[in-house]
Amino acid sequence: MERKDQQRAVFLQSVEKHFDAGPVLSGITLDVADGEFLSVVGVSGCGKTTLLRIIGGLERASSGQVLVYGEPVVRASRKTGFVFQDHRLLPWLTVEGNIKLALDHNTPDQDGIVRQNLELVKLQDFGDSYPRQLSGGMAQRVSIARALANRPRLLLLDEPFGALDAMTRIHMQQALREIWQKEKITMILITHDVEEAIYLGERVVVLSSRPGRIKQIVNIPQECHQTRTGKVFHEIRDQIYSIFFKGEDFAEKGD
Amino acid sequence: MNQEEKRKGKASRNKIWGILWRLVLPLSIVLAWEAVCRAGLVNSYAMPSPEAVVKTAVDSIRDGSLWGHILASFFRVHEGFMLAAAFGLVLGILMGLSKRAEHFFEVTVQILKPIPPIAWIPLAILWFGIGEQSKLFIIILGAFFPILLNTISGIHNLDPRYLELAEVYEVSRKRLITRIILPGAMPEVLTGIRVGLGNAWVCVVAAEMIAASQGIGYMLSNGRSMSRPDIVILGMLLIGIIGKVVDDLLKLVFSKLIEWT
Repeated sequence: MERKDQQRAVFLQSVEKHFDAGPVLSGITLDVADGEFLSVVGVSGCGKTTLLRIIGGLERASSGQVLVYGEPVVRASRKTGFVFQDHRLLPWLTVEGNIKLALDHNTPDQDGIVRQNLELVKLQDFGDSYPRQLSGGMAQRVSIARALANRPRLLLLDEPFGALDAMTRIHMQQALREIWQKEKITMILITHDVEEAIYLGERVVVLSSRPGRIKQIVNIPQECHQTRTGKVFHEIRDQIYSIFFKGEDFAEKGD
Repeated sequence: MNQEEKRKGKASRNKIWGILWRLVLPLSIVLAWEAVCRAGLVNSYAMPSPEAVVKTAVDSIRDGSLWGHILASFFRVHEGFMLAAAFGLVLGILMGLSKRAEHFFEVTVQILKPIPPIAWIPLAILWFGIGEQSKLFIIILGAFFPILLNTISGIHNLDPRYLELAEVYEVSRKRLITRIILPGAMPEVLTGIRVGLGNAWVCVVAAEMIAASQGIGYMLSNGRSMSRPDIVILGMLLIGIIGKVVDDLLKLVFSKLIEWT
C-alpha cells in the first residue's frame, strides 16, 4: 500500500471520523496536487476543521488512509504549517520570539529566517513588538509568517480570516494569494466564506453537514482569482450555493 | 500646545484629588479618635490618643529601639520568605508539571494547608525551642502554601491551545516548559508570592509575640505587659503600614515583569 507519489501533496482514502456524539466525517476521499490551492467550504459543525486537523496530525482518523507527501500522518510536524483561526501568538514573546519558537533550536541563521518571513507578510519593522501591540490582521499575518518559517511544503489554514473585519479580510486574502504564487506551497484553506473559497482556491470542496461528506468538488476558472465582480465569479458562487443547499434542511440549521 | 498644557494640568489636578480622596477616611478616623480622647470619653490607660502614639514613636526613633524592632522582624520575614518561596516554587513547578508528583503530594498538602501556621507554634517550640528557628519555621509555613498553590494552578490554567501550538511546531519539552508553561504561569505565581509575603508578615508578629526580645511582635507583647497601649498601637500601625508599602512595591515590580499582559 506504500505510495510514493511526489506530485501528490495530500491523499485521503475513505477517511472516517467518529466522536462520542456520532460520526463527524464519512467516506472522505481526496487528492491534493503538489502546489495546489484547495478550499474547503461547509457550514459550522460539518467537520471541516476536524478534516484539517486530521491532515495536520492533530487528530487521528477513526479509519481510512491519510498520506502527506507519501508519508502516513502520525503526528503534527513542522513540515506541515498550521494557521489557526485565532493567531495563537504567545503574549509574553515578541513577534520575533514567537517565530523563533516554531523553528528547531539548531536551525542556523534564525534572525535571517525571521526577517525574510516578516518581509513576506510585510511586517519587517515589527520584530520587537509584542502581540498586544498588533491589530488582529497584523497578528494573523505574524502567525502566517510563523507557519512559513519552517519552509513547509503544505500549509493548512483553519478559517484564518474568520475573526477579521471585511476590509482586512480582503487584504489578507490578496496577501495570502501572493505568498502562494511566490512560494509555491500547497495550501488547504477551510472557510465558511464561499467568496473567499472561490477567490483563493483552484478547486473548492463542498462538504455536507453531519456527518461531513464531499458533496462536490468544483473547479474554479482562472479569472475568478483576478476579481470578485465578474460574471463567471457570480455564476460559480451561485453554483456552489445551490450545491450547498441541495438536500439540506437549511431553514433548521441557522448558522 | 496650550490645549495640551491644559489637559496635563487637569490630569495632575485629578491625580492630586484622587490621592486626597483616598486619605479622607483614614485622616477622619485619626481626627475622631483624637477628639474622643481629648473629650475624656475613654480612659487613656486603655486607649491613648494619636498624639501620645506619635510621641511614643518619636521617642523610640530617637533612642533607636524602633529601628531595631523593625529590622529584627524584617530580617526574619526576609529569611523565612526566601526559603518558603524556594520550596514553594520548586515543589509547585514539580506538582504542576507532573501528574505523578501531584498525586503523590496532593493529599498531604490538602490536609496540612488548612492548619493555621499559628497552630504550629506549640510544636515548633517543642521541636526548635524559643529561638530563631521556631519563628522561621512558622514564617515558612505561612508563606509556603499560597506560593505552592498559585504556582500549581498557574501551570494548570495554561490555555490548552498553547499546548496544541507546541505540538504543531514540535517544540521540545525543555522549551515548552521554559518558553510556554512557566511564563504563562507567571501572573498567578506572582500573586502567590504577594499573598505569601503578606502571610509571612502575619506570622512573624505571631511568632514574636510568643517569645522574642526584639521585633514588632515583641513590641506588642511587651507593651501589654507594661500596660503601655501606646506601644501596642504603634506596633500595630507599623505592621499595617509596612505591609501596605511592601505590597505596593511588589505590585510595581511585578507589573514590570509581566508587562505583556
